[in-house]
Amino acid sequence: MRYIRPLTIEDAVGQLAGSPGTAAILAGGSDLLVRMKGGFVEPELIIDIKAIAALSEIRETAEGFSIGAAVPCAVLGEHKSLRQAWPGVVEAAKLIGSKQVQGRCTIVGNLCNASPAADSVPALVAASARAVVAGPAGKRTIAVESVPTAPGRTSLAKGEIIEAILLDSRAPRSGDAYLRFIPRTEMDIAVVSAGVNLTLDEAGVVKTARVALGAAAPTVLLVADAAEVLVGSRLDEATLERLAKVCAGACRPIDDKRGTIEFRRKVAGVLAGRAATAAYQRAGGK
Amino acid sequence: MAGVAVSTTINGDHVEYLCQPDETLLEVLRDRLGLTGAKEGCGTGDCGACSVIVDNRLVCSCLVLGAEAEGRQVETIEGMAHGDRLHPLQQKFLEHAALQCGICTPGFLIAAKDLLAKNPDPTEEEIRFGLAGNLCRCTGYDKIVRAVQDAASVMRG
Amino acid sequence: MNFDPRLTNRSFTSVGTRPIRPDGIDKVTGRARYGADFNMAGQLVGRVLRSPHAHAVIRGIDTAKAEALPGVKAVITAADLPDLTNGDGALYDILDNCIARKKALYDGHAVAAVAAIDARTARQALKLIEVDYEVLPHVTDVDEAFQHGAPLINEAIFTEGLEEKPVKPSNVHKRTQYGHGDIHKGFSEADFVIERSFRTEQTHQGYIEPHACVASVSSDGMAELWVCTQGPFVYRQHCAQLLGMEASKLRVTSSEIGGGFGGKTHVWAEPVALALSRKAGRPVKLVMTRDEVFRASGPTSATSIDIKIGARKDGTITAAEATLRYSCGPYAGMWAEVGAMTAFACYRLDNVRTVGFEVLVNRPKTAAYRAPSAPMAAFAVESTIDELAGKVGMDAVDFRIKNAAQEGTRASYGPVYGPIGIGPTLEAVKNHPHMQAPLKKNQGRGMACGFWFNFGGQTCVDLNIGMDGSVSLAVGTVDVGGSRASLSLVAAEELGIDYAQVKAIVADTSSLGYNDMTDGSRGTFSSSMATISAARNAIKVLRERAAQMWDIPADDVVWEKGHALAKGEKYGNLSPLSLKEIAAQSGTTGGPIAGHSELVADGAGVSFATHICDIEVDPETGATRVLRYTVVQDAGKAVHPTYVEGQYQGGAAQGIGWALNEEYIYGKDGRLQNAGFLDYRIPVCSDLPMIDTQILEIPNPNHPYGIRGVGETSIVPPLAAIANAVSNAVGVRMTHIPMSPPRILAALEASTSAQKSESIFGKHDA
Repeated sequence: MRYIRPLTIEDAVGQLAGSPGTAAILAGGSDLLVRMKGGFVEPELIIDIKAIAALSEIRETAEGFSIGAAVPCAVLGEHKSLRQAWPGVVEAAKLIGSKQVQGRCTIVGNLCNASPAADSVPALVAASARAVVAGPAGKRTIAVESVPTAPGRTSLAKGEIIEAILLDSRAPRSGDAYLRFIPRTEMDIAVVSAGVNLTLDEAGVVKTARVALGAAAPTVLLVADAAEVLVGSRLDEATLERLAKVCAGACRPIDDKRGTIEFRRKVAGVLAGRAATAAYQRAGGK
Repeated sequence: MAGVAVSTTINGDHVEYLCQPDETLLEVLRDRLGLTGAKEGCGTGDCGACSVIVDNRLVCSCLVLGAEAEGRQVETIEGMAHGDRLHPLQQKFLEHAALQCGICTPGFLIAAKDLLAKNPDPTEEEIRFGLAGNLCRCTGYDKIVRAVQDAASVMRG
Repeated sequence: MNFDPRLTNRSFTSVGTRPIRPDGIDKVTGRARYGADFNMAGQLVGRVLRSPHAHAVIRGIDTAKAEALPGVKAVITAADLPDLTNGDGALYDILDNCIARKKALYDGHAVAAVAAIDARTARQALKLIEVDYEVLPHVTDVDEAFQHGAPLINEAIFTEGLEEKPVKPSNVHKRTQYGHGDIHKGFSEADFVIERSFRTEQTHQGYIEPHACVASVSSDGMAELWVCTQGPFVYRQHCAQLLGMEASKLRVTSSEIGGGFGGKTHVWAEPVALALSRKAGRPVKLVMTRDEVFRASGPTSATSIDIKIGARKDGTITAAEATLRYSCGPYAGMWAEVGAMTAFACYRLDNVRTVGFEVLVNRPKTAAYRAPSAPMAAFAVESTIDELAGKVGMDAVDFRIKNAAQEGTRASYGPVYGPIGIGPTLEAVKNHPHMQAPLKKNQGRGMACGFWFNFGGQTCVDLNIGMDGSVSLAVGTVDVGGSRASLSLVAAEELGIDYAQVKAIVADTSSLGYNDMTDGSRGTFSSSMATISAARNAIKVLRERAAQMWDIPADDVVWEKGHALAKGEKYGNLSPLSLKEIAAQSGTTGGPIAGHSELVADGAGVSFATHICDIEVDPETGATRVLRYTVVQDAGKAVHPTYVEGQYQGGAAQGIGWALNEEYIYGKDGRLQNAGFLDYRIPVCSDLPMIDTQILEIPNPNHPYGIRGVGETSIVPPLAAIANAVSNAVGVRMTHIPMSPPRILAALEASTSAQKSESIFGKHDA
């Protein structure tokens, strides 16, 4: 086993691509070290990307935000304009683990761990976030939802690293929100979750919407039918009831130690409604 | 497996050590440096007993590699008191009997120190959520929360 | 022993104050040494190989490859711990649990162990051990294991306690029965009868410190063991027996203990570490991982309980019956029996019968968990009592007051009570402002009572007075919650000196006589009795020395407020001698001054508590929130009230976790699914409110200061109190613990659909 700390993304990509055995990217380590401790992975090469300066930055431009792969979630919470623009994404990122984990964990790590219950992912998907992938063949930008392909699996090719997550700048009258269900008040993995992102027209009617569910299927679910229910509405009671029904119907959950199929279906609908209401209020809807 | 040479600062002192690539900071502190104040309660970041501060960020030292400490500032429970003068949090934990078995205490003190550094006047709810990453099985947290409230008030002066 | 343990009327100077604990500074500075904080020169790292199967015959173990790995110094299997138990079945079970002999009996059962130069080598070595398993059908559910035809765990188990010895083996180790009167007659006199079945899932003590020890066996047969334990003397005895050593050759030192709650009362890894050290010829440190703690230490029972209680219209209970099935892991236990003893202990009953069944399952061996077995029985009984009160039309507290046990009541488990605290705790609850506080929508209030025995047991204390007048108190009961502080207060009280003059330590097994372990809420009760006795013995010496200094008869010297006084007018010109002054002269008056005590601390008083809690339920998700919680409990005499409160609060918090979220979850494959703090969900700081406490002091007549044990009772009422609160909040009786959100939501949905079909039926009917 070797530990390296490259200074450039090119070097990191080169090392990753050139590694003959299993290699692991280390950013926050909050998933990797747990898997190593449990004996589930024994990488021959650990590539710590935190010395690559650009990866530890949040850049704000006219187009939006670029969040480096090594930025801890705690830093997202401390970034005022990001918090204002994408409160749902930030609150999702801030829900991962404890204060101790917050100082280390990253949204890119959360995405690449490819857990169906990852907190930040439904919020990112609802926000139409994109991932900038650096690899031996150069860079490409892909939709966040195309990264996880199955529990623990991603679409990244050998040698590829996600170097940043891109979020658009905000249209007026927009809001997002993320809610998850956990049995305790902190420290749990989401049993089921919902992220909603809305933009309203001048009259307060929903113009565009995206609804994503977590821990409801093997990968994050972008529920187009749910968005359709919201578009054109002011989130009246009937709309919220239909939203809950559509979300519950879209779920393909499992029974496991954290919850039952019935529970996840029902609560996915409840959370989607509550998240939509919060997003609507944030967008200025009344 | 090749050892990694690390040069770092722990509780203000310059420290050098050699560690294995997969060795955690917690293992380095406890087994190589004799700093056994940080405890391993779970090894998976779920209990907070191994809490330390690295470059002003509260972390679980079981989820940090020893190699990652290169060039960083690490603060552990052993550096919390100044000589024989206890930190106000340490003093208030004693006065409020905010510990029973005491195994979680170093982690709570470090986490509370970080909490008060960022929020000198927290509400009860902020304290409770701020310390949610630290498990205590003895106290029901009541006396811990009161000790932190009291220490915060003393530290604000 | 010429020691009179009876309660005497006295006022207290030190007892009842709240000084800082003597072990406090070390614990807030990180200096306190726990099980894993100790090292020895040349120490190896020990690791245990565990069965991945719930039930499997071990056909063979090949350790050759592991032994050949460079850096491996010893590999052991059951063959290295030969059976020396000499027909002692309970000891054989301990041995078999430490390292499986013929069969692996649960997921996590130890089958082999290695000692190597470092953790990495030890881990690699485990992978090289080849175990040939023949996997057998398994059973992990208590009700399934109880059935005929369930996979048989031990073919030598024929249910004991039946009128006729069964012809076939089963998983039911034993049937026990308690009670008196005629329940059939009692039920026939009832106007209302409630019958309900309940289930509780298995929970773990959840101490934050994993089991850890350092073992060192020398070639001359002398050995040392540093270990986190609730009972170093018991550990010494068991380890010595299992390894074929004389007890005096094994010195056991208890480290600071990072929580135990009953879970550190049994040996698991310690005999294995000693056997590894013996084979390797070097010290071995063995620390369990958190995963191992959950899979392979001693959680509490899962239970299935049926309750039937009848009452007359005036609220008098006429009969009560309980059938309790408790899982005990793969070995015989006595957990259902304890449940059967405690179930109705709060009540004055003419007709009562409880029957317990010990049920073997393919789960880790059940160990004690704070008032073991009582919380589950209390959950079932107190839920039914609440429902019955509603049927009768009485307030839940008044109904309990009407039927509460009192002095002179014959307990359902046999003895007649002396002065007890159940009535006073109920009256205190009735008058508590918490009971009158308003509730909002989706909020419910519940209350419940709990009972626990206290234990006394063998106890030994040394009290040595230094020449500077300071006092060293060496006790043999491990300090799990501040007993060094409380025992120092007791020594200071009895000697009449300052708390600061006393320093209490927990002695190792070579420095003090045998002590039973810290369990049964006995630490402060029994060691305070022995401390008082030792102090009185020291006072006798102090009086003799003062007499010598004054050259007067010792009978003319009395001890008051830390001073020797010459009694009688003829000594008017002799000024009192302080303990310090007498101690300073001890070198010339006969040598060191000490008091010792060895006793069996009989007369532990029983303990009662009543709890109140408010819960809010989110009816759309089944999520619960504890809004307010109040504990009222009898302490006899609170020696250090702050630590008494700490025990009340800690027990309540553990009970809250058990009631709402904690449970062992096994897969169909018989493997534990949640062996970690991520998915075994103990309460975090933000889950709980402040926990209010009210200490009642109904003195125990069998202790000089009136002290009762306080450590355990506080975990007994919460399951029921919370179940009653949730049931009151949602209008559905909850009968399955933990009341996790999926269970609450399922109960709500079932009730809603039942109501819907009722109303449809109603319409048709109209």
